[in-house]
Amino acid sequence: MFDTALLLLILSAFLVIYRALKGPRVFDRVLAINFIGTKAVIILALIGFSYGRPHFLDIALLYALINFVATIAFLKYRATGKLG
Amino acid sequence: MIGLREIIAGIFIFSGCFFIIVASVGIVRLPDFYTRVHPAGKADTMGQILILTGLIIYEGLSLISVKIFFIICFVLIANPTATHALVKSAFISGLKPWTRKKEDD
Repeated sequence: MFDTALLLLILSAFLVIYRALKGPRVFDRVLAINFIGTKAVIILALIGFSYGRPHFLDIALLYALINFVATIAFLKYRATGKLG
Repeated sequence: MIGLREIIAGIFIFSGCFFIIVASVGIVRLPDFYTRVHPAGKADTMGQILILTGLIIYEGLSLISVKIFFIICFVLIANPTATHALVKSAFISGLKPWTRKKEDD
């Protein structure tokens, strides 16, 4: 069950890589990378359950935080030209 | 023998996978940036919450399910906020919404 779900999620992430490579503007690329990052959170949680070691959830929580902060930081840099 | 709890967890997990695949197809296929934000903001969050709820049902009540509940709360706050900031930044930078007449994309 977990392995099939993992396969489907990795397939959807590979679909979105097309948009990240081709996207006509920079916002499309940021959107696709944000999508892949949130998929990585789910994939980490499912890997933890699939291998019988659910302590991977700490890494998943940390990755969700890093992904959100990275998106907001990039957009702030894009909008104002500086960070901080 | 598969128990009832695992069947319910599997239903949740695979319906979440369906929502996520639909969202990724929408990101690839839709014609404009503003329309591409629409599956990434709603269908994606829905699929993630369904998958994590399935994991909670599979696990039962323990410390691990509390951690998954924290991940659900954070995803529910962070993902729409990120897409909202993305749309606001794109609109400030002067990206025009798509209309059927131009066909530039």
